Amino acid sequence: MPEPATRPMIEIETVTRSYGDFHALDRATLTIREGEFFSLLGPSGCGKTTLLRLIAGFDQPTSGTIAIDGQPMDGIPANARPTNMVFQSYAIFPHLNVGENVAYGLKKMKLGAAEEKRRVDEALSMVSLAGLQNRGATELSGGQRQRVALARALVMRPKVLLLDEPLSALDKKLREQMQVELRRLQQAVGITFILVTHDQYEALAMSDRIAVMFGGRIAQVSTPKEIYQRPVNRQVADFLGGMNFIRADLVEENGESIVVDTAAFGRVRTDKPRAFAAKGREATLGIRPERLRVLWDDATAKHEIAGTVVERHYFGEITHLVVDVAGMDKPLSVTETNDFGADDLPLGAKIRLGYDPDALVALAD
Amino acid sequence: MAATAEGMSAAGAPAARSRSYLQSDEAKGYSLISAPFLYALAMLGLPVVVVVAHSFWTQTYLTVDRTLTLENYRQAIFEPIYQDLLFRSLWISFTVSVLTVALAYPVAYFISFHGGRHKNLWLFVITVPFWTSYLLRVMAWKVVLGYNGVLNSALMGTGITAEPSTAFLYNSTAVMITLTHAWVAFAILPIFVSLEKVDRTLVEAATDLGDGPIRSFLRVTLPLSLPGVIAALLIVMIPTVGDYVTPKMVGGTDGVMIANAIQAQFGRAMNKPLGAALSVTTMIAVCLMAGGTVLALRAAVRAFR
Repeated sequence: MPEPATRPMIEIETVTRSYGDFHALDRATLTIREGEFFSLLGPSGCGKTTLLRLIAGFDQPTSGTIAIDGQPMDGIPANARPTNMVFQSYAIFPHLNVGENVAYGLKKMKLGAAEEKRRVDEALSMVSLAGLQNRGATELSGGQRQRVALARALVMRPKVLLLDEPLSALDKKLREQMQVELRRLQQAVGITFILVTHDQYEALAMSDRIAVMFGGRIAQVSTPKEIYQRPVNRQVADFLGGMNFIRADLVEENGESIVVDTAAFGRVRTDKPRAFAAKGREATLGIRPERLRVLWDDATAKHEIAGTVVERHYFGEITHLVVDVAGMDKPLSVTETNDFGADDLPLGAKIRLGYDPDALVALAD
Repeated sequence: MAATAEGMSAAGAPAARSRSYLQSDEAKGYSLISAPFLYALAMLGLPVVVVVAHSFWTQTYLTVDRTLTLENYRQAIFEPIYQDLLFRSLWISFTVSVLTVALAYPVAYFISFHGGRHKNLWLFVITVPFWTSYLLRVMAWKVVLGYNGVLNSALMGTGITAEPSTAFLYNSTAVMITLTHAWVAFAILPIFVSLEKVDRTLVEAATDLGDGPIRSFLRVTLPLSLPGVIAALLIVMIPTVGDYVTPKMVGGTDGVMIANAIQAQFGRAMNKPLGAALSVTTMIAVCLMAGGTVLALRAAVRAFR
């Protein structure tokens, strides 16, 4: 796994946050490096926002330690931490205009009017809002509010910028545009960004690394590609997108790889996942729907299986096929681009599917 | 409106138009407020007109001379006795409203920010004193502050004073204490409502941007709850200027307020026009004071930005 060769910015060491018997965050250990765009990804209630608030200092861990840039943060309040937050609701001060909102945190630094104005102008032009200093906070669109929140945090030049689902209130088109802009901005300023999101595409598109969380625990930390292609368990695989789960029988297991037999894909050797533990002789393999492709006419592949189309769902640029394969207990999901006419395949059509054995991954439960 | 409607009937589609107006939100709104509006007009607007009219007339024994004159205003504004009473009333009501808001704000803040599940219970508890009559509450203060009262007994019992003091009752301080106690609940409620509307994330955002608890309060919570503070100030200031019962009962000669003089003019002195002029002068004075206080408060809060 390629890790950027920079020093750690945030070190989270067995941090737990409990409310009575409930562990919102359970023994999380994580290192986030300087200049990284890091995402905390998971469904609601997985502990990602809890972790972000612990880093920001709005909440204190029940046990464990958090260090930012080498400094332990025990007992240091939010207003004294080198972090700034972009809130989900943006939290724009309604009684202040855009310029005053952005300058809010600078007032305490006593920079002098000229320097303060220069930094506000700079921050606003960074988020393409130059010239809107005097606009009232209540006269802004959703996208503009988001940019003001971003400028207000960036103007503080924090060591770490925390983003709590910043794009969830925007419509799809604006959201995609902001994803690109945020990424570009992060590369321009070089600050460590920590993004909390439940949107797997957002995390995949923007991050250097992602931590996938479930039930207060960190399930996997890796690059977007690794997480998508090599999920460690069924839960991660399922959360990151469509996945065909295939029942397999364990034939051989050694330190790094396993060999399994499957009904449709034959004998397969794959890497052994971290938490793999075969229950008796049973194992689970996974393959992403887009890693199966329809073989048209005389096309052949080194590895192919035959099946029957039983369902077809049209999504514009792609078609989602459900294919029955002899010997499998569940049909396979296949996504196919529409350039060869997958959208016209009749139900009951006999088709062949090609695949790369590397696309088959063993999954822990 | 009638003229336009007639104009349109010539154009051809008046019926449809008036029917749609009757069903419009505007018409519904007017019809909803019409009953209280007419009531307010009859019971508030007309009396004010009568008072203002009287203030320009002259009392001649049992009849009123309706020749317009400014003589009543000359007396109301320039006679030292009325000047004194007016300024004392304004001062008492200003002090009472500031004290009331200062006492009410922490209570409202506590209920709103730390009331937890028991917010409604707290609000209910605040209304409990209102279950007794206002007169009884004033009388209660007489019992507390009087010559043989609770305060004197306590001071003597603990040996702090040797003899009962007459300094507590029958002066303007007693009026202020009584009025503040009477009005504080009315101030808590509007402040509470506006604090409830303050988005808690904004306070977090202020903290995130480097503010400690006091700075974030002064820069975010206080300005955003200002409408409630202003409402509370006005709710207390305007009626207390004209309060008549409290000074009468606990004020003594030192605590007499303008309303007592107005009552005297309408009663024993039988000079309704002078009473009316005093009333109008008081109304204008309290409006100016309230407006000035609101502006000063806004400017003060603005200074914290």
